[in-house]
Amino acid sequence: MSKRVAPILVSLFLLAAPLLAQQPPSAAQDGFVPANELPPGQQLPAAPFLIGAYAFFLGLMLFYLWTIWRRIGKVEEEMRALERRAHGGGR
Amino acid sequence: MFVRTALLVLKKDVAIELRSYEILSTTLFFAVACVAIFSFAFVKEGQAAEDAAAGILWIAIAFSGTLALGRTFERERYGETLKALLLAPAPRPAIYLGKLLGIVALMFATEVLLVPMVAFLFNAALFGRPLLMTLLLLLGTTGYAAVGTLFAAMLVRARTRDVLLPILLYPITIPVIIAGVRGTSALLEPTPDEALVVLWISLLAFFDVVFVTLSLWTFEPLMTE
Amino acid sequence: MKALFVPLVVVAAAMFVYAPIAIANAPYESTMLLVQKVFYFHFPAWIAVTAGLVTCGVASAVYLFKGSARADRIGAASAELVVIFALFGIVSGSLWARKAWGVWWQWDARLTMAFLLELIFCGYLLVRKFGGPGAEKLAAAMGIFGAATAPFVYKSVDWWRTVHPKTSVMTSLTSTPGGTIMWGVVWFCAGAFLLLYVALLIARMRLQDLRAQIDQLYLAAED
Repeated sequence: MSKRVAPILVSLFLLAAPLLAQQPPSAAQDGFVPANELPPGQQLPAAPFLIGAYAFFLGLMLFYLWTIWRRIGKVEEEMRALERRAHGGGR
Repeated sequence: MFVRTALLVLKKDVAIELRSYEILSTTLFFAVACVAIFSFAFVKEGQAAEDAAAGILWIAIAFSGTLALGRTFERERYGETLKALLLAPAPRPAIYLGKLLGIVALMFATEVLLVPMVAFLFNAALFGRPLLMTLLLLLGTTGYAAVGTLFAAMLVRARTRDVLLPILLYPITIPVIIAGVRGTSALLEPTPDEALVVLWISLLAFFDVVFVTLSLWTFEPLMTE
Repeated sequence: MKALFVPLVVVAAAMFVYAPIAIANAPYESTMLLVQKVFYFHFPAWIAVTAGLVTCGVASAVYLFKGSARADRIGAASAELVVIFALFGIVSGSLWARKAWGVWWQWDARLTMAFLLELIFCGYLLVRKFGGPGAEKLAAAMGIFGAATAPFVYKSVDWWRTVHPKTSVMTSLTSTPGGTIMWGVVWFCAGAFLLLYVALLIARMRLQDLRAQIDQLYLAAED
């Protein structure tokens, strides 16, 4: 089945080329004023956003590593409990 | 053998449904209730919002489609017939195809009654280009049902199947909904933009081919232990 | 794979320590000035997401058709990484958009695809957790279909509307004076992110391997 399907899928993706080459309708820029063309009074300071983004990255990575560490700890704890029961109770 | 099996499965589903019309009637009334709720959400001063008709139509199709999928496979699960089908010496993808055709027929039957209702309530010229509209509906329904049938079948054994189906199905079928709504909107313009509709129809056709193929391919390994 | 972990972490850490220096010294982009510097982490994050997407899709297919348990573990680990990196991509993009375009969110091709990828892989994790027995196969189907639908989501929203700079940031990098330096920093950060991705994948895989081990232990204990 997979041997028959693979060439079909490949030819499908090749057929996609003319479809993707079709011109999309011109995007309507719905009256947005690019923020850097706003009068200076309405512009936002950039630094908080920049620092916020990098700080979020650091925080997210640390948080994720902490969750992995915690979950590994739980599984290892369970394994130890299992070993104890197997060697303590059995024999 | 393949096509015969698929048609046999379809015939079985149609025969069961024709006896009581249980799924068709409940799905249809759910779709009508959906349209009603969304109408009240979007009507201001007695007039519906301009583009609401297309969006409401496809939301109703999506929601009632989920219901139809759930009910169809619940019926299979209850009678344990899915297991029996899988035990039969028939090519598994053919079973998938048969179920898919059944779901498409069910959803299309719902749409046949839903589209006039939406056209009526929203004064929407949904019958201006009937051929394009039918093509849009058919391809959109097939795309949605293709992924839906696979997911509903594979979730039959899961415990939280009712809530997992929408969670898994909706993000995957977003392109179908986008294409359906934008295509219908293009048809509802004062002068229907036919080129645009054909663009969306071609996207839907491509989506259908890719995802029906993908589903046929993955049905067997997903349904076996 | 495991032997690579420590050297990977060391190299990635070194790169991430140097990255802020490189970013601070990179020339300003002409229209967006300071806030464009989010790009140096935002774009590499999406490279990591793409790596995760491809990994998960391929691993899910291998698991489904070959029954390889290891492929299933790789799929689970990379799905989680997609969720994490995509979250950063969306948040950083949102913060950048607030400054550059004045809005927190826009329904354009890339943002919508990002949001949907996030939803799809959260669905992957949910179905893995709550799907009951045999949930790995359901998740694998989600991984394959999620990876397959990404180009469709992109194209359909692209044709629907677009506000996200198409490739203007990337092309303007070459036309800006000092553009080559900026390219250098971008690819440096991309390299750092890819190394980080692989290191995190190995770490997350350790958890999956341990879980598989404990399942085996439980099964053995039942005999």
